[in-house]
Amino acid sequence: MIWSAIIATSVVAFMLKYLGQAVPAAWLENARIQKFALYLPTALLAALVAVQTLGSEKNIVFDARSIGVLVAGIALFFKAPFPVVVLLAALTSAGIHQI
Amino acid sequence: MSRAILRDSLSVALTVGVYGIAFGAAAVEADLSVLQACVLSLLAFTGASQFAVVGVLGAGGSALSAFTAASLLGIRNSFYGLRMAPILQVKGAKRIAAAQLTIDESTAVSVAQEGKGLSEMRLGFWATGIGVYIFWNLFTLLGALGATALGDPAAWGLDAAVPAAFLGLLWPRLISKSARIVALISIFLCTLLIPFAAPGVPVIACALVPFIFAFVGDRK
Repeated sequence: MIWSAIIATSVVAFMLKYLGQAVPAAWLENARIQKFALYLPTALLAALVAVQTLGSEKNIVFDARSIGVLVAGIALFFKAPFPVVVLLAALTSAGIHQI
Repeated sequence: MSRAILRDSLSVALTVGVYGIAFGAAAVEADLSVLQACVLSLLAFTGASQFAVVGVLGAGGSALSAFTAASLLGIRNSFYGLRMAPILQVKGAKRIAAAQLTIDESTAVSVAQEGKGLSEMRLGFWATGIGVYIFWNLFTLLGALGATALGDPAAWGLDAAVPAAFLGLLWPRLISKSARIVALISIFLCTLLIPFAAPGVPVIACALVPFIFAFVGDRK
């Protein structure tokens, strides 16, 4: 099951990249399509943050992991670099697990 | 001038490469093997989509949900390709290589050279693309091996590292008020759907937010 997701994702990821190089420019130049494309990653990444921070199967939980992400948000607010952000989140969550 | 571009490319490639550690670790945390993590980095080679695959699978979502979320995230690469095609002007095998290397960073470094000339823009694209490809794959392997050696992922806080990585990818996109509104509505909608939909589906449903924003909103 994991392999099918990996292969399908890889094939489509390449096709999407190639598509942009190969199609006539006018196809994708519609203002509404461009606006959709601009905000689509924002929406999906925000949704992934929500699911990974608060979701556990079909339950909404607030746990060590959630506090770790909260700390990551604070670190980003203070312009911490990416590795520091991830490390702080991991240390926070691990620390709470230890208690 | 070209040395300055190569320096930019290398620093971007190294910085982004480090995300690969987080990805490799996240993949293992989601029960992918080291080989599966590496194949995804080698073939898919688009960070946010790869994180989406392991994020959805790790949350118990189906392969189809993981694939759909990842592919929706990959759509932006089409627009990067569109931007790069007239600059690169490549055909055949070179176009296939260019397509594979068309990601956020290679496009960004290339576009940043605008005004300096086509050859500088091309150099920025190829140097960054190849550099990121090398470091991203190398660090994916290291991250996956490292996480495998650690054992219990939750004890090391890897359960929080994955959403923190997503937050790190999201953050630079929140520059405009519209982007922040889209993000907030998506977080709210997604959380609301968690109890009612299969894992992964709430994420895909959030594609509706920018859709409504772009196609139903005002005519700007």
